[in-house]
Amino acid sequence: MVDLKTKNENEKLIIKSPSQVDREASPSIEKSTVFETKNFDLWYGDHHALKDINLSIKENEVSAIIGPSGCGKSTYIKALNRMVELVPSARTTGEIIYRGRNIFDASYEVEELRTRVGMVFQKPNPFPKSIYDNIAYGPRIHGIKNKKILDEIVEKSLRGAAIWDEVKDRLNQNAYGLSGGQQQRICIARCLAIEPDVILMDEPTSALDPISTLKVEELVQELKDNYSIVIVTHNMQQAARISDKTAFFLNGEVVEFDNTDKIFSTPTDQRTEDYISGRFG
Amino acid sequence: MKYINNTVVMKRMKTRLNLNKIWKMIFLFATSLALLALVLLLIRIISQGTGYLNWDFLNNFGSRFPEKAGIKAALVGSFYLMLVIAPVSMFIGVGTAIYLEEYAKKNKITDFIQMNISNLAGVPSIAFGLLGLTIFVRMFALGKSILAAGFTMSLLILPVIIVAAQEAIRAVPKEQREASYGMGATKWQTITRVVLPSAIPGILTGSILALSRAVGETAPLVVLGIPVILQFLPDGLLSQFTTLPLQIFDWAKRPQEEFQYVAAAGIIVLMIFLVIMNSIAITIRNKFQKRY
Amino acid sequence: MASHGLEKGQSVQQLIAQSRNKKGKKIIEKSMPILLIITALISVFTTIGIVFTLIFETFEFFQRVSITDYIFGTEWMPFSGNEPTYGILPLVLGTLKVSVIAALVAVPLGIAAAIYLSEYASDKARRIIKPILEVLAGVPTIVYGFFALTFITPILQQLIPSLKIFNALSPGIVVGIMILPMVASLSEDAMSSVPNSIREGALALGATKLEVSLKVVLPAALSGIISSVVLAVSRAIGETMIVSLAGGATPRFDFNVTDSIQTMTAYIVQVSSGDAGYGTTIYYSIYAVGFTLFIFTLLMNLLAQYISKRFREEY
Repeated sequence: MVDLKTKNENEKLIIKSPSQVDREASPSIEKSTVFETKNFDLWYGDHHALKDINLSIKENEVSAIIGPSGCGKSTYIKALNRMVELVPSARTTGEIIYRGRNIFDASYEVEELRTRVGMVFQKPNPFPKSIYDNIAYGPRIHGIKNKKILDEIVEKSLRGAAIWDEVKDRLNQNAYGLSGGQQQRICIARCLAIEPDVILMDEPTSALDPISTLKVEELVQELKDNYSIVIVTHNMQQAARISDKTAFFLNGEVVEFDNTDKIFSTPTDQRTEDYISGRFG
Repeated sequence: MKYINNTVVMKRMKTRLNLNKIWKMIFLFATSLALLALVLLLIRIISQGTGYLNWDFLNNFGSRFPEKAGIKAALVGSFYLMLVIAPVSMFIGVGTAIYLEEYAKKNKITDFIQMNISNLAGVPSIAFGLLGLTIFVRMFALGKSILAAGFTMSLLILPVIIVAAQEAIRAVPKEQREASYGMGATKWQTITRVVLPSAIPGILTGSILALSRAVGETAPLVVLGIPVILQFLPDGLLSQFTTLPLQIFDWAKRPQEEFQYVAAAGIIVLMIFLVIMNSIAITIRNKFQKRY
Repeated sequence: MASHGLEKGQSVQQLIAQSRNKKGKKIIEKSMPILLIITALISVFTTIGIVFTLIFETFEFFQRVSITDYIFGTEWMPFSGNEPTYGILPLVLGTLKVSVIAALVAVPLGIAAAIYLSEYASDKARRIIKPILEVLAGVPTIVYGFFALTFITPILQQLIPSLKIFNALSPGIVVGIMILPMVASLSEDAMSSVPNSIREGALALGATKLEVSLKVVLPAALSGIISSVVLAVSRAIGETMIVSLAGGATPRFDFNVTDSIQTMTAYIVQVSSGDAGYGTTIYYSIYAVGFTLFIFTLLMNLLAQYISKRFREEY
């Protein structure tokens, strides 16, 4: 299965992300770990939001995080690219190892981490700029000024987010003129433009209508060929539909983390079963 | 037994409803008085001043003779003054607003700076004149120059610009900043490429309104000792100069009735100046209204 | 697709890595906050500058004039050559006369306008009236001063024949017109922030709009309204050009409003427009008067802040 996909990519892709290059060099059936979370705790002031989290997220998989609101699932995903640090009262202990380095190391530049680990937010948040400038934002801040390269990145990213055909004739229009679903795919394209290794998605469809949701879900399926994806969702069906692994969070703890099929068919923990069968949350 | 007698209630109802109508008229009347004051003021000044408003008036220097008096030096002086105030006050004001909104931690020092700004806004303009006289005119030995007056006025309108810029920056949604940080942008990149472009219409509107206040301001300049009648145009930022409101002040004080008409003509020019500035500010505000 | 621009096999991440770690970016990132702190401190230094300027020069003044004579003196005659006297009370009284008259004009009219705008006016009426109030607030004070001197005073003289050319009444009324928009708009803000649910509660009991406005909204918004009045009066105290043009230059210690007066601000203007030599007692006196004025307005501003904070309604 995995080998097949890799082969496919070789034909399809001209531009490769480093993770693919790595993989080609040492092809193996066992997927390598992207994020290894070890004994991770997080506080907002006095509030203990995440308790002793241990999780490992694998390459080229969709890992879903589910749980009732307030369970810490959004906090966890925002810890992975250190966005939690925007909350002044946030404090952490423990480690999150990203490809061999603890992201909380003093020497780890947060900008570098976020360049490798992109994020798509709950509410579509394009900049009030043209579609083109939205996509080119990332490459530009990282010093890519060549117009030809930018043109190419914009087209490739929009194609990657399956929205190129809808917007190719109006790249200079303000992204705010688009529908909510289109805006969210623009945000995904904006994220793809710097070719991240991992894409974090924080309830990306919660503000969208069912049809737009479907499109984003299909997109996630396509993206997992090239990217590792962590998606937070309040929608259990969505997790079941699109993810390979699922983690169930409750009160800041990981109750269960396993293959999605297993979680939704034969969960080991009673609380997981209660949640997925709709008894609470 | 019923506690409420319906006939009494209905009887009182009529009085209450009439009272409501009468007071509504009173409130409306009070509101219209304010409008009436504005209309009277405008009619009065226009009818007094238009007779003296011609090309010579714009192109002559001040004079002892009302028919020869003009506002050339004052117009140019006001314009030069703006050239100093606009960059100085906006640089400091926007810088302060960025610091307070984007960098400052929530602590006592920040609270103190914030409280200081709101108190500074309530300090009478004449006190800024006394500050400028001691610090800029004498201590820095800038004399009664455009630069000394420009610095003084910049400090005067600083609180207004800071507050306007803070509001504009605060109105940029948090999600916009998150999107930028999420791409690996640094703080300064996020400020210059995301926050400021969205906030600039609001900043400009507030700054232009503040500038228009500075253009009409008289008292601090009187305290600085800025001369009123000049027969030459300023030739640099350290040159002596005069401004439109000062010129109007001088004419209005004079006993000859003709000078009142000259003063009214000067006021018309000043008001046109202000109307233009305000229109620009309002146009910017309407054109760039946010769609978040 | 990659016929130009990106070379084959070259990834965006590689390009990013190439342009990373440029020195300039890091220097900017470190130095901008420092520059911004400096700009933020300028406003603090301005306050310090004002306070210290006033204190130092006032101190110099009190080397020459007794502080008790200044505070309690009822005669302000700095220009009398032989025996100048510096009793601040006449100037304070002049200022108070103008401010009280201004408040008598602005408070009822301003609050009435606020009630009309917040409780009665249609959206359309509000869209017309509010910009007009804004314009009224933006008229330069020199224009108001001219208006007081050449229009209001002559009209008042028709009504009150004993009214002098310079008096307290005319500038008082015009200062009132000047601060009216401030009272109206700040009070309206306070009233509009009273939640509709409270209004609806009263209206559902059959109350008229008047009863809702006076018995429900007004009390709920009272702290905001009072603080707006205090702020406006503070503005009136510091107002300079109107009183300089229409108030006159005769400091007097009485309650007459038809005669020429002098306010604290008008005195500073009078000395500044003349040529009081640097270092003379008169020169220092404008700082003493300025300091007195500063204390008055500061106290009122602090009072306004205290009222609006202390008595803020929780909805």
